[in-house]
Amino acid sequence: MLIRAKINGIEVQVEKGTTILEAAGTVQVKIPTLCKHPDLHASAACGICIVKVRGSAKMLRACCTPLEEGMDIITHDPEIISVRRTVLELILSKHPNDCLKCGRNNDCELQKLAADFGIRQESFKNFLSPLPPDDSTGTIVLEPQKCILCGRCVDVCQNMQNVWALSFLERGFETRISPAGDIKLADSPCVRCGQCSNHCPTGAIVEKDDTNRVWAALQDPDKYCVVQIAPAVRVAVGEAFGYPVGTNLTKKLYALLRRLGFKAVFDTNFAADVTIMEEGTEFVERLTKQKGPLPLITTCCPSWVDFMEKFHPDMIEYFSSCKSPQEILGVLAKTYYAEMKGIDPAKIYVVSIMPCTSKKYEIKRCEEMFASGCQDVDVSLTTRELARMIKQAGIDFVNLPDEDPDHILRDYSGAGVIFGATGGVMEAALRTAYFVLNGKNLKKVDFEELRGLNGVKEAEVQIDGKKIRVAIAHGLSNVEYVLNKVREAKKNNLEIPYHFIEVMACAGGCVGGGGQPYGVTDELRKKRAGGLYQDDRDCSVRFSHENPYIKKLYAEYLCKPLGEKSEHLLHTHYKARPVYVK
Amino acid sequence: METDRKIILLADTEQSQQDKLRDFYTSFANQIKDKGLEDAVSLVRASDIGIYGKGFAVKILPRGIVYTGVKESDIGAIIDASVKGQGTVERLLFSEEPKQIRIVLRNCGVIDPESIDEYIACRGYGALKKILSGMNPAGVIEEMKKSGLRGRGGAGYPTWMKWKFTRESQGDRKYVICNADEGDPGAYMDRSVLEGDPHSVIEGLIIAGYAIGAGMGYMYIRAEYPLAVERVKKAIGQAYECGLLGKNILGTDFSFDIDIRLGAGAFVCGEETALIASIEGKRGTPRPRPPYPSVSGLWCKPTAINNVETLANVPYIIMEGGDKFALIGTEKSKGTKVFALTGKVRNSGLVEVPMGITLREIVFDIGGGMLGDKPIKAVQTGGPSGGVIPVDQLDTPVDYENLQKLGSIMGSGGMIVMDESDCIVDIAKFYLGFCVEESCGKCAPCRIGGYQMLNLLNGIAEGSGSLEDLDKLRRVALAMQRASLCALGQTAANPVMSTLRYFEQEYREHIVNRKCRSHKCRSLMTYSIIQDKCKRCRVCVINCPVNAIEGDREKGFFIDVSKCVKCGKCFEVCKFQAIAKE
Repeated sequence: MLIRAKINGIEVQVEKGTTILEAAGTVQVKIPTLCKHPDLHASAACGICIVKVRGSAKMLRACCTPLEEGMDIITHDPEIISVRRTVLELILSKHPNDCLKCGRNNDCELQKLAADFGIRQESFKNFLSPLPPDDSTGTIVLEPQKCILCGRCVDVCQNMQNVWALSFLERGFETRISPAGDIKLADSPCVRCGQCSNHCPTGAIVEKDDTNRVWAALQDPDKYCVVQIAPAVRVAVGEAFGYPVGTNLTKKLYALLRRLGFKAVFDTNFAADVTIMEEGTEFVERLTKQKGPLPLITTCCPSWVDFMEKFHPDMIEYFSSCKSPQEILGVLAKTYYAEMKGIDPAKIYVVSIMPCTSKKYEIKRCEEMFASGCQDVDVSLTTRELARMIKQAGIDFVNLPDEDPDHILRDYSGAGVIFGATGGVMEAALRTAYFVLNGKNLKKVDFEELRGLNGVKEAEVQIDGKKIRVAIAHGLSNVEYVLNKVREAKKNNLEIPYHFIEVMACAGGCVGGGGQPYGVTDELRKKRAGGLYQDDRDCSVRFSHENPYIKKLYAEYLCKPLGEKSEHLLHTHYKARPVYVK
Repeated sequence: METDRKIILLADTEQSQQDKLRDFYTSFANQIKDKGLEDAVSLVRASDIGIYGKGFAVKILPRGIVYTGVKESDIGAIIDASVKGQGTVERLLFSEEPKQIRIVLRNCGVIDPESIDEYIACRGYGALKKILSGMNPAGVIEEMKKSGLRGRGGAGYPTWMKWKFTRESQGDRKYVICNADEGDPGAYMDRSVLEGDPHSVIEGLIIAGYAIGAGMGYMYIRAEYPLAVERVKKAIGQAYECGLLGKNILGTDFSFDIDIRLGAGAFVCGEETALIASIEGKRGTPRPRPPYPSVSGLWCKPTAINNVETLANVPYIIMEGGDKFALIGTEKSKGTKVFALTGKVRNSGLVEVPMGITLREIVFDIGGGMLGDKPIKAVQTGGPSGGVIPVDQLDTPVDYENLQKLGSIMGSGGMIVMDESDCIVDIAKFYLGFCVEESCGKCAPCRIGGYQMLNLLNGIAEGSGSLEDLDKLRRVALAMQRASLCALGQTAANPVMSTLRYFEQEYREHIVNRKCRSHKCRSLMTYSIIQDKCKRCRVCVINCPVNAIEGDREKGFFIDVSKCVKCGKCFEVCKFQAIAKE
C-alpha cells in the first residue's frame, strides 16, 4: 500500500511502513543520525534525527517513525538544527574528543557530524568516566570511553549474530557497554567477528592494529616476508581510495604489496582451491563411502568455528576437518614454498590481509596452526589496516600498474575467488564434487540459487542422479534454524535435511567481514560480491580441480587430497569451549 | 454474593478529639449490640472522610448517608432510622457539597482490605456481574466513553480509546496490565488503593480484560510495596476462590487470569514500553512508539496498560453509569483525582477532589491552610515531571489542560505546598536530581542533558553560576523536551523550566548577588555573631565542628568565614538568637 505525504513541501509516495528517515532519502534529504544503521533495528538512542510535523512543536524521531498518510514533515528549521546541535554537544561532553589519537580519525560518524554542525567550542563541562580499554581478545579493542551508547554493537552482537557478548551495564549517566558480568571480552562468548567494530559510529570498538609488527618485520633482514590476500579484500580496499564499490583491484594489490617490501606475493584464492580439493573430497567420501557423518559443515570461517565450539559443540562431528584458506596458504608457504625455494621456514614471515578480525585469532587457534613447525601465519591484518599501510607508505595506489603474483602459490580458479561471498564455498565445492562423482565437469557452472543475501538459502542439486540438499547460512543468528533442522531429524531418525552446509559468521560472507571498510550495507555487500562473481566469470579456469598449479601442488608435494601429508598439514580438529565457566 | 451488611463509619471532623471519638464509638457499638444488629453491621473508626469542622460524623454505607454534628444522644435515632430501616434523620443530614468526593478511595479505610466479603458488601464485584450479565465489550467501552475517564498515570489519555484500539487490534492473544509502579517521590496514591482496596483494582482489571478481549492480566507492582503486594496476592486468591477469576467467571464464557509481576525499583519502568520490557525479562528501557502497546505490546501482542487509580474508577463507572461520573469535573477532565498533599500545609495526606477544584481550595479548605500561617509561595504538582505553580495562579481550576498550560502536569498526583523558606533552585535541583538518578541511560538527550543541567544548577546553588548558565539551562531543557525518547526525559526539565519561568529573579539573585533568600543553599550563606546579643557563653564555640569561632570572653567571638562550613550548628545551639544567617 502506498502512502502519500509531504517532506519539506515536496510530495512523496512510499510504501506503508517506510520510516520518515527512509522517505526523506527519496527527496534527497539525508537526515543525520548516529544510532540508526540500515542493518539494524532503530534503537532511537541518539536523538539526532528529530523532525517536525508542520504545525506541531513536538519532534519525532525520523529513524523509527513510519511516515503516515497526509503527514507534512519538516526536516530542518532553525529550532530543529539548534536542538540537534545541543544534543550533539551533549554527546561530545561525554566523549574524549581526542580525535587525533583515535582509530577512527577521519572516518568517524561523530567527528563528521561535529564538523558538519560547525562545533567550535565545548559548551558543556566534559564528564569522562575512567573506563579502561579491553584488548583481551587480541582481535578487537573495546574502548568504552569513546562509546556514545548508540546501541549498534549490542544489537549486532545480540540480534544479528546471536552471540550476546556485549550488553549495556549500569543505568543513567553511568550506562556503558561491556560483556555481561563485567568480564573481559576474551572470557565472554565473543567470537571476534568484529561486526561490532564495523557498525560502531565512533572509535569505541576498533580492530587491534598490527601494522607496526608488519613494518618491523619488513625491516628485519633476517625475515623473509611474504604476503597473501583474501578474496574479499580485493573488492573492498578500493573504497578507501575513492574507487567505486566492488572494483576488483587484485593486480594492483600484487604490485602494491611488492612495493611495500614483501618478497613474495601470494593469493589466498589459491589456498581456497586447495580447500575445495580437500573439503570436496571429504564431502564425496562421506557421501559415497560413509567415512563420516553428514551433513558436512564448512569451517573456513574462524568466528563460525568459535561460535560452534562455544554454543553448538554437538555439531563438531559434522565439521569439515579442513583448515581455512588463510592457514593452508600459511603452511604451504612455510613448507612447499620453502622447500622449493630452499629457504629456512623459520625465516619466512607470513602476513595475511583478511577482511576479518577473527583471522587474528585463528592464527593461534590450536596446535595445528603450527603444522609447519612454526606459526604458519605470523600476522593477520584487516583490509582497514592495509589501507592505512598504503597511506603511510605514500604509495599512489590508484595509479599503480597491474602486476602478477608469484609463482607456485599463485593462479587461482574462479571457484577460489567466490569464497568471499556467501554461498561461494558451497558453489565451488559443488563444482568439484560434481566432477569427482561424475567424472566430468558441469555444463552450467553458475549456481544462481546459492547466491544472494537471504539469511538462509536452501537448494537441491542433482549430481549423478543423486539429490544433494544444501543449506547456506550467513549472519550467525541464521545458523540456529539450519542446525535445529539437523538436530530434529537426528532425534526422530528421519532422513537428514541437508548433505552439505555452509556457514559464514558475517552477513554477506567475507565481503561483509568485520575487518572491511566501514559503512557496510546490503547494497555494498551486493556490489562487493558482484566484483567477485565478475572475477569468477573472467577466469579461464573455473574449477578448483582444473587449476594447473593445484594439479602441480598435488603432483609434486601433497600426493592426493586427504593423503597423509594433506592430513598433517591441511587439517585440524575442534573441541567444545563452554562459556562462562571460568 | 450480595449481602445486606452495612458499614458505618465514625469520624471526628474536627480532627482534635480522638479520645472522645473512642467513647462515641463504644456507645455506638453498645447500642448496636443492644439492638441485636452486630452481625449485620461493621463499625469502623475512620480518620478522614473528607468533611471538616462539623463535629462527629456518621457515614452509613452502602447508601452513603452522612450525618454530622452527631451527639451520643442521637445514636439511637440514627440506628433506628438508617441501620434498621431505610429512612433518614433529617435534622442531622449533611447536605453541603463536600470538597472531597471519594470514588477511587471509596473503600479505603472503610473496609477490611483483606476481606472480599466486605468489598462485596460495598457493592464490590457488582460491576463485573453487571457486565457479564448483560453488557457486551463494546457496551463497556461505550460506558467508559460516556464517563470521559482519562488515564490517571500522568498523560491523561482517554481510557476508552486505549481500550477501543486494543480491542480492534488483531492478535490471537491480548493482555491487560495494571501499572502499579508508582515511583514519584512523596506520592502514595496507588499504594493506598492497593493496600486499602485491592479488589477494586482487580475488578477494574477484569473489566478491562473483558472489554478488550484479553484472557490474561498482569499487576506490575513495585517490589518496594511489600504490603500492597501481599494484599493484592491475597485478594487475587480470594477472587479465584469465589469464581471471580479463572475459567468461566460467574458461569459465563468469560475466562480471565491475573498474575503479579514485581518491579525492581526503576522509576522508568512506569513508562509503558519499559514496563513491558521489564515483564518480558529484558532491560527496563523504553522503546520508540509506534507501534503502540495497543497494537504490539507484551510479547508483541495487543496490550492495554492502565494505572491503578484509573482501574479503581472503572467499577464505579460501570455501576453508576458513565453519565453520572461525567457530571463530576470539568469539560475535558472528568471525575476526581487523588493527590498526595504535603509540604508546608496543616493537613497533609491523600485527598480526592473533583477535577476543576482550585489549588487554593485544596490548600486552604482541605489542607487547612499553611503551617504556621506563613505566606504561600508556590505549589509543586506532577512530581519530578511536573512544575512549580506560583501563588498568583492558585485560583486556576485543576485539570489536565490547565496544569499543562502553567508548565506543570497532572502527573500521578503529587502536590507539595511551599512557603518562603523553600528555595526555588533547591526545589529544581531536587526534582531534576531524581530524574537524573532514574534516567535509564538509553537516549543521549536525557542521559547527558539531565546530568549537565544538574551540574549547572549545582553551580548556581554554590555561587559559581553565571547568567550564561540560564541560557544553557534553557537550551538543554529544550533539547531534552524535544529529543528525548520517552516521557521521563521529555518532562525531566519541567521543574527547572517552570521555576525559571516564574522565579527567574530568584535564580538571578543566586548568580548575581550570591544570595539565597530562603537560606537553603548552604554555600551562599554567611553566619556571623551579632555582638549586641552575644552573651559570650561559648556554647557555639564548643559546638562548632571545625573550630571556626574564634575569640575570647573579653574581646568577644567571631566566625572565621574561611573556616566555616556553614553547617548551621551555631545557629541551632545559640539560646540568644545571637547568630545571624544571611
